[in-house]
Amino acid sequence: MITGEEKAVAALRALYRRCGYRHYKMSKFEEYDLYSRNKEFLISDNVITFTDTNGKLMALKPDVTLSIIKNGQDSDGIQKVYYDEHVYRVAEGTRAFKELKQVGLECIGTLDPYTTYEVLMLAAASLAALSDEWVLDISHLNVVFALLSECGLSAEDTRRTLSLMGEKNRHELAALCASADVPPEKAALLGELVGLYGTPAAVLPRLQTLLRGTAAAPYVEELATVADALTRQGFGEKIRIDFSVVNDGNYYNGFVFKGFIHGIASAVLSGGQYDRLMQKMGRRAGAIGFALYLDLLSELPAPAVQYDADTVLLYDSAAPLATVQNAVAKLTAEGREVLAAAALPAGLRYRTLYQLNGEEVSEIG
Amino acid sequence: MLNVALPKGRLGEKVYAMFEKAGFPCPSIRENNRKLIFENPDCGVRYFWVKPSDVAIYVERGAADIGVAGKDILLEYAPDVYELFDLKTGVCRMAVAAPEGFRDDTRRALKVATKFTNIARAHYAARGRDIDIIHLNGSIEIAPILGLSDVIVDIVETGTTLKENHLEVVETVVPISARLIANKASFKFKNEPIEAIVKSLASQTEETV
Repeated sequence: MITGEEKAVAALRALYRRCGYRHYKMSKFEEYDLYSRNKEFLISDNVITFTDTNGKLMALKPDVTLSIIKNGQDSDGIQKVYYDEHVYRVAEGTRAFKELKQVGLECIGTLDPYTTYEVLMLAAASLAALSDEWVLDISHLNVVFALLSECGLSAEDTRRTLSLMGEKNRHELAALCASADVPPEKAALLGELVGLYGTPAAVLPRLQTLLRGTAAAPYVEELATVADALTRQGFGEKIRIDFSVVNDGNYYNGFVFKGFIHGIASAVLSGGQYDRLMQKMGRRAGAIGFALYLDLLSELPAPAVQYDADTVLLYDSAAPLATVQNAVAKLTAEGREVLAAAALPAGLRYRTLYQLNGEEVSEIG
Repeated sequence: MLNVALPKGRLGEKVYAMFEKAGFPCPSIRENNRKLIFENPDCGVRYFWVKPSDVAIYVERGAADIGVAGKDILLEYAPDVYELFDLKTGVCRMAVAAPEGFRDDTRRALKVATKFTNIARAHYAARGRDIDIIHLNGSIEIAPILGLSDVIVDIVETGTTLKENHLEVVETVVPISARLIANKASFKFKNEPIEAIVKSLASQTEETV
C-alpha cells in the first residue's frame, strides 16, 4: 500500500500520462471574482484573499477545476489534462485554513461514451493505485433528474429531495413526497432508488426493471454500458451503483462519482460531468473530471516508527573534517542512513551507534 | 468489528436493547460499572457510550461506523453522514416557546435564546424575520423570565418545565426522534452488518407501531 503522498502523486501522474493526459501547471493565485461567482461549486466558500500590487483582489486557489475552465479555449476535439496542485481552504470539521494536496484530471470538449468511460476507469485505477481496499460509487444524475421532473416538486422541494437522497434518508424523503403530493408510485420509486446499493451485477437488473419505459430508461442504459466496460477492465467488484451521490445539480449532470478507501472516513475522490458549470462560465463544451484529496491518505495507519535515526556516528568536534567525511562516506556506502553528530542529541532513538576514534570507526551500541 | 456509538443515558439503553434484538448482543454492557467501551468479538461488535451530542462526530470521523443521534443534533451540526433510519424513539419536538400571552413585536428584532443556534437561525431565516441570537448552554427557560430574550428555541418533551416557568409553546420548529446514522465509508466497507441492523430495526419498529 502506498501511504506517502509523494509516492502516490508519482504513481497517479504515471497513470494519467499513460492515457495521454497532459500535465497542467497553474499559478497559485487567481482573481477572487472567479470564486465569488461560483461559490456553491467550492467545497468551502472560505478563501484566503489578498490585494495584488495592481489593486486587484486575489485569492490563493481553493479549487483547480474553475481555473482550468476559465483558462481554456473552446475548440474542436478534446482537451485532456491532469494536475497536481496545492489548494488552500478550510478543512472539514475545522475552522482553520489548510494547505491540501489535490491531484486530478479534467476532460474538456465533446464528450462521447469512451471519454466518459476512460475518466471513470482512471478514477477506479487511481483508487487501485493507492490501496487494495477501495470502492467507487457511481450515479447518473440524469436518472435522478428524469424521475424528479415527473414528481411535480417545487425548486425548494427538489433541492431538499436531493439533500435527503445524499443522506440515504428514506424516511424523511417519504414524508416530503407525501406532503408535496408526489404521486405514490413515483414516491415509492424514489425511495427504492435511494435504497439501491451494490455492484452493477447486483443492482442494474433491478434498476432496469424499475425504470423501464420511463424518461430515465436511456440514462440507465448509459450507466449499464459504462459499468459493463469497467467490469471488463476488472473493476466490476469494486464499483457500486449508488444514487446517494448527488453533487450539486446546478453544476453537475450525467455521471457523478465518489471514491472511498478502507481506513479513511470520508471520500478521497470526487468527480462528475459538469457541463452546467461550463455553460455558466460561457463555455460551449462538455466536461468531466475528478479530484483526489491526498491529504486524507494521512488517515491510513502507518507502521510505527521505531527509530529516529538508523545509524549515529559520534565524533570529536576537534577531529579533522576529512576524517569525519571519510567515516560517513564509508557507512553510507554500506547502505546506512547516517546521522553524524559531535554529541548524542537528547532522547534520540537509534538502531546502531558508532564512535569515531582517530581514523577508527567502532560500534558502541 | 462494527463500532457503534450509543448516546449515554436512557435513550442509549433503550437503543442497545434494539441492537441486541437485532443479533448484536454484548452482555457485559449491562454490568453496572464505569466502563465506556464494551466488546463482543463473537458477534463482531463494539459499543461505546459517548455524550449524545458527540455521537455524530464519532460517526462522521469514522471512530464509530454507526451510531444513534437525535435529529436535533443532526440538524444543528449537519454532519456528513448517512441517516439510515428513524428509530421512532426519544420522540420530542424542537419548539419556539415564549412567556404566556406573548405577542411578537415585529417592529424590532426578536431576541431568541437557544442552545441550537443553527436550527433557530434557519427557522427564522425561512420566514425572513430579523432575530438576535443569544447562545446559551443550559437553563434556557429562564432567559425570557429575566428579560434576556423574547423567546426560546429548545427541545420540548412533555412541556412540564415550560409550564413551571410560565412559558408556552408558540410553534413547533421540527419533530425530533432518534436516528440511526452511518459513516459514509463504513457503509461501503461494512455494508452487510449495517444493512442487517437497519432491516432488523425496521421490523422491530413496525412491531411496536
